[in-house]
Amino acid sequence: MRRVPSVVGGRNLKAGGLAAAMAVLIVFPLVFTNPTVTSIAVFTLLFMASATAWNVFSGYTGYVSLGHATFFGTGAYLFAIVAMRFNLSAGSSLFALVPVAGVAAMVVAVPFGLVALRTRRHTFVVITIAVFFIFQMLAFNLGITQGSSGIQVPTPNWSPWTFNNPFYYVSLGIVVFATAVSYFLRRSVLGLQLLAIREDEDRARGLGVPAGKAKLTAFVLSALPVGMAGAVYAYFLGQIFPQFAFSPLFDLSVVLMALFGGIGTIAGPLLGALLLESLQQYFTFQFSNGDLYLVIYGGLFLAVLLLLPRGVIPTVTDYLSRRRARRSSAPAARDSLTQPIGEPRTSPIAIVTGKAP
Amino acid sequence: MIQAVVDGVLTGGVYALMAAGLTLIFGVMDIINVAQGIFVVLGAYLSYVLSVHLGIDLFVGLLITMPAMFVVGVVVQWVFISRLGERERTAMSILATYAIAIMIEGILGLVFSDNYVELNAWYVTRSYHVFGFYLPYIYVFGFVLAAVLLGAIYLMLYKTRFGASVRASLQDRSAARLVGVNVDRVATITFGIGVAVTAAGGMVYGATNSFNPNTGYDLISRLLTIVILGGLGSIGGALGAAVCMLVLEDVVAVVWSPVWAPFVFFAALVVVLSVRPTGLFGRSSARAQ
Repeated sequence: MRRVPSVVGGRNLKAGGLAAAMAVLIVFPLVFTNPTVTSIAVFTLLFMASATAWNVFSGYTGYVSLGHATFFGTGAYLFAIVAMRFNLSAGSSLFALVPVAGVAAMVVAVPFGLVALRTRRHTFVVITIAVFFIFQMLAFNLGITQGSSGIQVPTPNWSPWTFNNPFYYVSLGIVVFATAVSYFLRRSVLGLQLLAIREDEDRARGLGVPAGKAKLTAFVLSALPVGMAGAVYAYFLGQIFPQFAFSPLFDLSVVLMALFGGIGTIAGPLLGALLLESLQQYFTFQFSNGDLYLVIYGGLFLAVLLLLPRGVIPTVTDYLSRRRARRSSAPAARDSLTQPIGEPRTSPIAIVTGKAP
Repeated sequence: MIQAVVDGVLTGGVYALMAAGLTLIFGVMDIINVAQGIFVVLGAYLSYVLSVHLGIDLFVGLLITMPAMFVVGVVVQWVFISRLGERERTAMSILATYAIAIMIEGILGLVFSDNYVELNAWYVTRSYHVFGFYLPYIYVFGFVLAAVLLGAIYLMLYKTRFGASVRASLQDRSAARLVGVNVDRVATITFGIGVAVTAAGGMVYGATNSFNPNTGYDLISRLLTIVILGGLGSIGGALGAAVCMLVLEDVVAVVWSPVWAPFVFFAALVVVLSVRPTGLFGRSSARAQ
């Protein structure tokens, strides 16, 4: 994108911004070569992909899933088990397993979705938690996962200085993929159906939206990038344990990231994950005290819920467009990248969950 | 086998008490209190502090811990829950109470570390020997305690004026408000009561299991299963589901293997919900949302 846009219009500006962001992300590990920094960047990218994928289902349909760690763990374990069983040697070719792990997560998502999506919103949340714990328990108890002793994953013998870079670019690829899914889904018929379900499921059904099929499709689709992220996570860490692959904090984190950035938007989960995960990794490096971290994290979560319930991006864009509108006294156009479609509701969770009965 | 059934019934009573608090809170306030599990653990730690550092008997200590947990519940409701928007309370409440849960988990970890502890008293290690069954005193005492407290909740709900307001709020919040019930006050006190029972549940749990700050996850997943199976908002359903599930778990532990016993819990949830999305004892589909 070398051509400077002649008209500084919304579309060109957005494309330019996107290209600039991509350029920064691509150059990042070449500029900041410190392994600590690039390792933080890898985790951050994995969470950007996961939060975006979570948003594809929960943000668009309003069904809050607290069970996406199931897909993350499935991807991580598939990667580790296949690598171990077939004695695969470490190297770039092992990344070929990443899409396979994503597909495995989708396979798990089908029966999970079939059972969980029989219920409506409140019960759905609880069932996702329960199914998540089933999987954690399976990982602890099945022979193939080697229980609490975990699985070692072969580590490539790359130079320590550039060790993180392949992981970085694969993670970046997953982020781009998840964002593309989110973007194109949003503009598709299926995306409209999902948003209709979020606004009023019964009416959407009445108007002929195949609600069950649409929800299941989105649920299965959102499992794919999360499973892939899980596989990269397992490879990057070199070993996995049930409590980290299937972590309740993962469930909570992706929700918080999406909520923080702005649920139902495309850029929101990306931004939320970028801010929160890098902050979290930084904290982990600074203070090794996990308990203190839990307190800070919970406090932050509550603060977002109570003070910024609509998320950063919708709040900021609203503020900006209101200011612009005041200046030009013309109604500001809504930005489809950052604004949820439809009338903004007063409460964020109106956006999250659609209507309460 | 029969021993397992008896054990299941006795421990089921205690779970019923904890689940009753959860379902009562949901029924009145439409709030799913995911922090209920960690409140149980907090209650257990309070009993632990009283018995180890002050030498107060576990059951006597409840006179202190239950009011203390009541206050905790009222404060949490007043500071956090009541400030959530009126719309979408349920989903917001799940996130808010989850956040509260991990904060409490972190604080407990800072104060008590992650080492497992157990509550001890003379009745924890001894047991009755009846008809060839071993009945540990603590199981029996715990069951009696749970039965007494559940009876008290029942009496409160059906024999007092306050209970009538609670039941009115359970049926229809706005209608209750119209006929002059102070729904906010009812909600706050109900939340306090729902949390206060975890002090008793936590004490018995702590005396029968070793626990650490992470135990809350295990507890809340079981309690949520029980409450969903019983039908959200139905206290009787929670009692039935709690006893059924604990008996089932104990029987599986004996017949099959203790490792798979907790798994049965969730398998039952999946099976029941595939057949009856409103739960075993679910009421109208409106509530089953």
